[in-house]
Amino acid sequence: MSEKEITPNDRGNKQDNLNQKPVSQGRRDAIKALATVPVLGAMAYGVYRKRKQEMRNITSADMFHFNSEVSPLTPLSSDGKTIRLGIIGSGIRGKQLMIALGFATPQYVEDLIQANKQNSSDNRYRDFREQEDLKIVITAVCDIFDVHAEEAIAAGSNINREGLKGKNGTTPKRYHSYRELLAADDVDAVVIASPDHWHGQMALEAARAGKHVYLEKPMTWTVPETYALREEVKKSGVIFQLGHQNRQVEAYTRAREIVAKGLLGPVSLIETGTNRNDPNGAWVYPIHPDANPQTIDWKQFEGDPDRVKEYMDYMTSTGLAKYVGPDPRDRFSLERFFRWRCWWDYSTGLSGDLLTHEYDAMNQIMDLGIPSSATSSGGVYFFRDGRTVPDVLQTSFEFADRGLTMFYSATLASQFKRNRKIMGHDATMEVGNTLTVTIDPRSEQYRDKIENGTIKPGEPFYHYVPGKSIDAVTSATELYFAERGLLYSYVDGKRYNTTYLHLREWLECIRSGQQPSCNIDRGFEEAITAHMGTRAYLEGRTMYWDAEKEEIIRG
Amino acid sequence: MRSKRNDNYSTIQLYGLVILRVLIGWYFLYEGLAKVFTPKWTAYGYLMDSQGVFAPFFRMIAENQSMMAAADFINIWGLTLVGVMLILGLLEKASYIGAALFLILYYLSHPPLLHVEYLLPTEGSYLWVDKNLVMLAAVAVLYFFPTAMRIGMDRIMLKNKSK
Repeated sequence: MSEKEITPNDRGNKQDNLNQKPVSQGRRDAIKALATVPVLGAMAYGVYRKRKQEMRNITSADMFHFNSEVSPLTPLSSDGKTIRLGIIGSGIRGKQLMIALGFATPQYVEDLIQANKQNSSDNRYRDFREQEDLKIVITAVCDIFDVHAEEAIAAGSNINREGLKGKNGTTPKRYHSYRELLAADDVDAVVIASPDHWHGQMALEAARAGKHVYLEKPMTWTVPETYALREEVKKSGVIFQLGHQNRQVEAYTRAREIVAKGLLGPVSLIETGTNRNDPNGAWVYPIHPDANPQTIDWKQFEGDPDRVKEYMDYMTSTGLAKYVGPDPRDRFSLERFFRWRCWWDYSTGLSGDLLTHEYDAMNQIMDLGIPSSATSSGGVYFFRDGRTVPDVLQTSFEFADRGLTMFYSATLASQFKRNRKIMGHDATMEVGNTLTVTIDPRSEQYRDKIENGTIKPGEPFYHYVPGKSIDAVTSATELYFAERGLLYSYVDGKRYNTTYLHLREWLECIRSGQQPSCNIDRGFEEAITAHMGTRAYLEGRTMYWDAEKEEIIRG
Repeated sequence: MRSKRNDNYSTIQLYGLVILRVLIGWYFLYEGLAKVFTPKWTAYGYLMDSQGVFAPFFRMIAENQSMMAAADFINIWGLTLVGVMLILGLLEKASYIGAALFLILYYLSHPPLLHVEYLLPTEGSYLWVDKNLVMLAAVAVLYFFPTAMRIGMDRIMLKNKSK
């Protein structure tokens, strides 16, 4: 203060400057030189106050403190043997799985190279090249559409991940029937990405043939095959992984800890959903120009006779014949071949395709198991293109023992984002790639902290951003970027896709004999839960689960 | 030359310029300190969100681990240092050049162009001119109207040096 008072007075003395004594001049110099130093003091005080407040938040966030970091990726076992893979089904998802395994057609790689030349920030080519070698060879492929089969062969032989000018490795053998592929000696394990109506059957036969199985979701198309598959996988001892790659999402592991520690209090409601708004998202996939009865094995597409019989028995015995067809099963149809998800004849609808992801994520976080009952409603409201499966679906699953409901709500005609929420008495957690916990104003667990002002209820209290070692104190900017996937997409400088991690886990389990995260028991829970939702929709009544008899019972 | 021009300021002009210098210094210093106190702070998201002609350059920095680490270090400590220098009036000209460099880089990575949207919403509405550019102009003005020889550490430092 004193310096400031003196400085203005300085003005009057200007004329006397020449007559100043050296001592006074030196003092004046010092004052003027240091006049702004108190500003730093003010800054220090402000920062101190602000830090003190933040430290209080850190203290209160101690209850959200986790000792163990989410385990980083364990290195591949060094002495692991090379696994020989067969690919059954190499359409849209099959291709994605092969790419995740490190095998793409030269054309695909060429496109990535060109994309990088056009836009240097497009690093997909580099990421693909740098993706770790999983020590596998693709020895066999099977697809009933010639174009898809040939693409899979080209991808399988592109062992150096090169573009059009690259050198190829050994060409995988093409099988026209998956049964022949399963009989091959040079196949240790299979990746199945067929349409839903083939999932259970192919996996069952693969297990019977002693092949390890990575099966796309949903696990089964009919209820009876669900039991048969579980039995066969357990009997054969093969390593089975269901394709719910959410098991690899780092944030879910932390979400699980938060629930397990009781930080949310008793959870009574879980809200999940799907929002899409384009034809592709509604399964209206493009029809390949080279597709015709000569290039497609329609007979095989129809399905396994036993499974089809199970389906027809159920539909007719419950008065649901209106949902069958409308085309006869043996009539060739390009629409039905490429857009099979639109008809119950091949599909499991929203339940099997998208609800299963939501359910499995919640099962992963909360160990839900099979619900005690399921109720559904919905309809074909927007895509009135002749499909039989609904494009709007609401299903509520009751977990009576746990005292909670899991609600699933989907529309394929609006993309409005709705966060998954796990709603507890003490706090609600929003679950995505990041986690946000908001304390409830009426919480009993946190009442003291709310009353003494440590916690501001209703405001996001805890953020978890994957890849960060320190929780809780995350700047708003950082969180904003993280939620949009711009932060921490790299682990150890590399971008990992969850499908790759999920396949990697399965391959490592084959080598070590351990059980993967989405094994047959989790798969059984997923399949039965989805079937209960589907049946509730189709029959228009509540479905119950008799846990002792392991049976779905009508309400 | 400098001292002559300094002498020509009226008191109100001098105080006005010093206040402007200190306010800009405060702004830089706290931007720096806030980053110092944010664990694992990184400009990665900001750089990846760059737009405009120079966006590839900024993204290139973000995607290179060692360059990113250097950019973070320079941001955190550079802002802090420039802030302290401006407030104290220490090596005034150098601090203006440092401040201008930061502001130019921020402006070029996030230019307020037509049809350009950023992930992080801005708190105001801008067209071509944003607060970074205005502050850059203010720093340029201060560069040509120095004050630290009158009020600031340079008064001692540089005088002693010249002796």
